[in-house]
Amino acid sequence: MLSVFWAVLRRDLLLAFRQRGVLVHHLLFFVLVVALFPLGTGADARILVTVSPALIWMAVLLAALLSLQRLFRPDYEDGTLEQYVLSPEPLALIALAKVAAYWLASGLVFVMASPLLVLLLGVPAHAVPVIMASLLLGTPTLGLVGAIGTALTLSLPRAGLLLSLLIFPLYVPVLIFGAGAMRAAIAGLPAAGALYLLGALLALGITTAPIAIAAALKISLE
Amino acid sequence: MLWLHRFGSLPYFYRISRPIALALAVPGVLLAAYGVYGGLVEAPVDYQQGDAFRILYIHVPSAWLSLFGYTSMAVAGFVALVWRLKLAEIFLVAAAPVGASFTFLALVTGSIWGKPMWGTWWVWDARLTSELILLFLYLGVIALHNAIESPRTAARACSLLALVGVINVPIIHYSVEWWNTLHQGPTVTRFGRPAMEMDMLVPLLCAALGFTLIFGWLTLWGMRAQLLWRERRSRWVKRLFSDG
Repeated sequence: MLSVFWAVLRRDLLLAFRQRGVLVHHLLFFVLVVALFPLGTGADARILVTVSPALIWMAVLLAALLSLQRLFRPDYEDGTLEQYVLSPEPLALIALAKVAAYWLASGLVFVMASPLLVLLLGVPAHAVPVIMASLLLGTPTLGLVGAIGTALTLSLPRAGLLLSLLIFPLYVPVLIFGAGAMRAAIAGLPAAGALYLLGALLALGITTAPIAIAAALKISLE
Repeated sequence: MLWLHRFGSLPYFYRISRPIALALAVPGVLLAAYGVYGGLVEAPVDYQQGDAFRILYIHVPSAWLSLFGYTSMAVAGFVALVWRLKLAEIFLVAAAPVGASFTFLALVTGSIWGKPMWGTWWVWDARLTSELILLFLYLGVIALHNAIESPRTAARACSLLALVGVINVPIIHYSVEWWNTLHQGPTVTRFGRPAMEMDMLVPLLCAALGFTLIFGWLTLWGMRAQLLWRERRSRWVKRLFSDG
């Protein structure tokens, strides 16, 4: 049963790395949103540090929204998804593997890029580990929850705005705890509480979201 | 279980839903009217808030129905997904706009009440924020239903979304509360709610019950419309309208 997980994960990662351009686009989008922001607020360092938690997390949410639309689309269009649904292997496990591959190719990139970006915003260096930890725990949850919305809107070719209405309300807890951990770390306060809660959300997501994703895929393919 | 199967028959439901809707509407409107009248006119003036507290008689029932509506949609969604009961799907679809309206009403009346009490239309208070997000959850269900063409698929997709949403409602609520306590801004002191006097409480309960019955009535009416639209090509609907 686990072999199907690894097979799907390997296949999706291979596809992702064959199209390096897309990987770079994720990164560039993230960098651009963060880099353009100071041009709007002015270069006052205090303002930038104050808004940096919100800015980083909004950039992550928007990037997730844009990239999630491609999560099942190619498989849906070339019929692979139907074969997944028909196969005797549990669909939830396949969905989990797809989300894991998606996260390795996008969320992990944000985690890696975040130290550079927050230092660019003038965030003190002692906050960087917490920021990376919050992104590490938060972004997979975004992928898992977002995949439910993507799977539900699979039959709609242009679902971008609708998708934002479906998944942004569900992103509220991750946003609150993720940005909360960042804010606490910048202020020099303990951030462990928020990180634990992000971890709890991730555990809940990993265990329950794949079932919902599988159900949503089946509904969309009916 | 036999009555359940009979109730699941769509023509049968269409026939009996009309008297049921009327049975909900008449006491609902009467109770709500009594509750609102009792609240707006008869209840004594609050010693702290003056007359402004009277909006409570609209606000509290609406807020209650916003939660009740979403929960009932999630229950219907579960039934629709597990037992594939068509009526549950139709209920979910019909209840969404009604619930969203009550949520909107709760937000509007809350903000009107907030102006004289807190001095501002909107506070990023935990309860207000989670109510706003609840409104977005409702709108998501409605938008998803409008976007998907096949009514069956749309209703099943909405069922799943409502289920996912209802698991998230408590998480969102507690996370927003956590966020607000962390973010200790200007503290909105909630005046310790004094135990309500009977002549204030009775109209409130009547209004809440009345609003709930009205919710049932409107939803049932929406279900009837939804049912006719979905079954418009079936024989029993055609016969219904060919007779004149």
